[in-house]
Amino acid sequence: MSGLRAWLIDPAPRSPMQARAGQLWLGWLRLARNPLALIGLLIIVALLAAAALAPWIATHDPYAQNLAGRLQPPLSPGHWLGTDEFGRDIWSRLVHGARITLYIVALVTVTAPVVGLIIGTVSGYFGGIVDTALMRLTDIFLAFPRLILALAFVAALGPGIENAVLAIALTAWPPYARVARAETLTVRGADFIAAVRLQGAGAGRIVVGHVMPMCVPSVIIRVTLDMAGIILTAAGLGFLGLGAQPPLPEWGLMIASGRKFLFEQWWVATMPGLAIFIVSLGFNLLGDGLRDVLDPRSATR
Amino acid sequence: MTDTASLPRRNGSAPALRLAKRVAGLALTLAATFLGLLAITFVIGRVIPIDPVLAVLGERATAEQYEAAREAMGLNQPLWVQFGLYVRDALSGDFGKSLVTAKPVLEDVARVFPATLELATIATIFGVLFGIPAGVIAATRPGSLADQLVRLIGLMGYSMPVFWLGLMGLLVFYGELGWVGGPGRLDTSYEFMYELDVPARTGMILIDTALAGQWEIFANALSHILLPAGVLGYYSMAYISRMTRSFMIDQLGQEYITTARVKGMPEWRVVWVHALRNVMVPLITVIALSYANLLEGSVLTETVFAWPGLGLYITHALFSADMAAVMGGTIVVGTVFILLNMLSDVLYRLIDPRARA
Amino acid sequence: MSLLEVENLRVTFATEAGPVEAVRGVSFRLDRERLGIVGESGSGKTMTGRSVLRLIRPPGRIEADRMAFGGVDLMRISEREMRALRGRRIAMVMQDPKFSLNPVMRVGAQLTEGLRLRDGMSAREARAKALEALEAVQIRDPERVLDAYPHELSGGMGQRVMIAMMLIPEPDLLIADEPTSALDVTVQAEVLRILDALVRERGMGLMFISHDLNLVARFCDRVLVMYRGRIVEEIEAQRLSQATHPYTQGLLGCLPKIGGARGPLPTLARDAAWSE
Repeated sequence: MSGLRAWLIDPAPRSPMQARAGQLWLGWLRLARNPLALIGLLIIVALLAAAALAPWIATHDPYAQNLAGRLQPPLSPGHWLGTDEFGRDIWSRLVHGARITLYIVALVTVTAPVVGLIIGTVSGYFGGIVDTALMRLTDIFLAFPRLILALAFVAALGPGIENAVLAIALTAWPPYARVARAETLTVRGADFIAAVRLQGAGAGRIVVGHVMPMCVPSVIIRVTLDMAGIILTAAGLGFLGLGAQPPLPEWGLMIASGRKFLFEQWWVATMPGLAIFIVSLGFNLLGDGLRDVLDPRSATR
Repeated sequence: MTDTASLPRRNGSAPALRLAKRVAGLALTLAATFLGLLAITFVIGRVIPIDPVLAVLGERATAEQYEAAREAMGLNQPLWVQFGLYVRDALSGDFGKSLVTAKPVLEDVARVFPATLELATIATIFGVLFGIPAGVIAATRPGSLADQLVRLIGLMGYSMPVFWLGLMGLLVFYGELGWVGGPGRLDTSYEFMYELDVPARTGMILIDTALAGQWEIFANALSHILLPAGVLGYYSMAYISRMTRSFMIDQLGQEYITTARVKGMPEWRVVWVHALRNVMVPLITVIALSYANLLEGSVLTETVFAWPGLGLYITHALFSADMAAVMGGTIVVGTVFILLNMLSDVLYRLIDPRARA
Repeated sequence: MSLLEVENLRVTFATEAGPVEAVRGVSFRLDRERLGIVGESGSGKTMTGRSVLRLIRPPGRIEADRMAFGGVDLMRISEREMRALRGRRIAMVMQDPKFSLNPVMRVGAQLTEGLRLRDGMSAREARAKALEALEAVQIRDPERVLDAYPHELSGGMGQRVMIAMMLIPEPDLLIADEPTSALDVTVQAEVLRILDALVRERGMGLMFISHDLNLVARFCDRVLVMYRGRIVEEIEAQRLSQATHPYTQGLLGCLPKIGGARGPLPTLARDAAWSE
């Protein structure tokens, strides 16, 4: 162990791999020293576990109604988080809702960043009028209030999870385009790009094969920082009735249905909100810690 | 080599020219962004599966009536002509009529917007008042308990759904403790008094009642706005405190800070005067951005608090498939966004001597 | 008793990879004379200067057996007492006025804040004093400079302002940390001349930190040569050519001479033993 540690912190690494491993190790040390980031990591691991093992963790069928046992308070026998207005077990619904949350996050993160990446790299690589036009478009989308734009899109497309995802993705790509463009501008003039061009590679091949891979890391960092925002927007659409539709156990939707009983049966609206809060906090804590590691300028020390 | 140094004289005409150029550039940006805004809402309006003709005439219209209305609305024209008409109408402030209220959308928006503005303004005041000091304190003691606390409070703000926090606030401070007024801008009994006794000068109840000297209604309005403004203000604070902290840490590492310390300046002056003045330069943009975000956050907050502002208007319109109202509201919010961006640009120049002409 | 006595000064930075020592046991004395400290970047010369003002930011830590200024041990006094010494009795001019002047405060406000805040001077008195100070550094239209922002000044002007600001309270010791390195060559000599004249006139001690051996030799009475956090040689400036330490000799050998051989300059050979 100490031998490995010494190898990792060797100030004079003997191979690029050792240098990179050493950097990773130092990064991990910096992250591990931040207890909040570790808590965030723990929360996300728990979320993934809950989603993967939902059928086994849930104590009830999330859709099974039991009108005799409706609106049971937390800690009642068999329902430790209580039941909703149809007598459905809130805990089981939350656990299954984790899947929906992850589904939405996953869909958005494979669409918006890709769109942003394409627009950003094309804009940065070709420059000139292409760049001006695309960046103007980006600025217009950026100047727009995101949630309201998403609302307008959903209104046009009709409610539903996929349309909510589409609406979020349509409003979420501009920051990624900005990041990718900035990265492309620094890469564009590099010698290895010139070398590929001299070998006769076309613009499309250079952008896809050589520029895009260089931009991926910074886009990914940006995505992890945006996860919580995606979750909150999706929940907001659900809350307004424009995202997931009943009887799906989507957390925002569950809050909306609990709103009617807020003052008498507080837990129906409170529990799903806590779930959103904890999961978003997890992403934020981890993202924050990661940023400190990756961007030493914003580090605490 | 001269023996003494003198300050270079400023060229008299250059700043005026630069200013004119900047104003022109700004106006061009504004126009392009506004046009883009209209294009987006226009496209959304076209893909929507609601037939705008039927929406106006109702299902029972005859074929001739339908065709006549279609022609009157310009829907038989090519798309680009339609867009041209749309832009022309929008520029003259005509966003069509709301199906629900049967009034011009712009009139509706003008009526509900002050409520949103009032809410967002008070929330921003909260955010600035608490966010800046919290960020500064965190930055001066990085890694300390206070820093961790500010960081955690900020991250919590980034993690809580605003509608849920609003509901929890209602549950605790209204339902359980009864410290604040409930949903709406006023108690029902006061609403009547307000309509009768207070001339609507600005549409913002706090200002109007204060101007009219109606302190009882003022107090009631205050009790109603505290909670929603506090909830929104929390988000503003989270954002402002984090940005302040990060800007502050940056500035505290600068050499001019060392200069101030070398001069023997006390720490409070180093931080709150020397560094904070520099922090305010980028912070202005952040505050404007946060203000704009609050206008947006008001969509969900207003739903929770039954706050009759622009957000509630847009969501209501959405559910009644009142697309003219939705798009009109969206354009107004977008325009305010753009204007706030411009304002922050202007303020930035006022605060930073280096950016002045 | 010397003006400044430093014994076994150490500056340590805590990093992930363990503590890094920037200054490792430096001892020297300084009277009302001009003491040069030379060394390459990272040799600890800047840290040594800032330690005297106790202005090392965490995670850096200062340790010393003794660091006495006018008989007061700087290591033992409170931050409050230290603050009273800073500015009034010890001052420092830094490398680049672009960074060392506050960009959003008018020059006048920066010059007078010490006078007004600490000495409780009226605005008019302080302004008069600031004008006087600007005249002392040979600025021609001080009125306008007072109302200017730092970015409106040239580098040479900025550094004069900086010197004026630091000399207003008439300190006993001035630390000049590469005061001309960021300036245009044409104004370097002039700023140096102004600095030199003021230091002589007012009889203060000067700690002149530089990487430029020639400059230090011309400008100072005595020279300390630092290498990797230690003083490797202390010598009278006039006798620099007779330096005994191989590092100093190496540094001297790297300098081009007018009329010297035209061959490539020798590179500096380093020996791990020097830093032990």
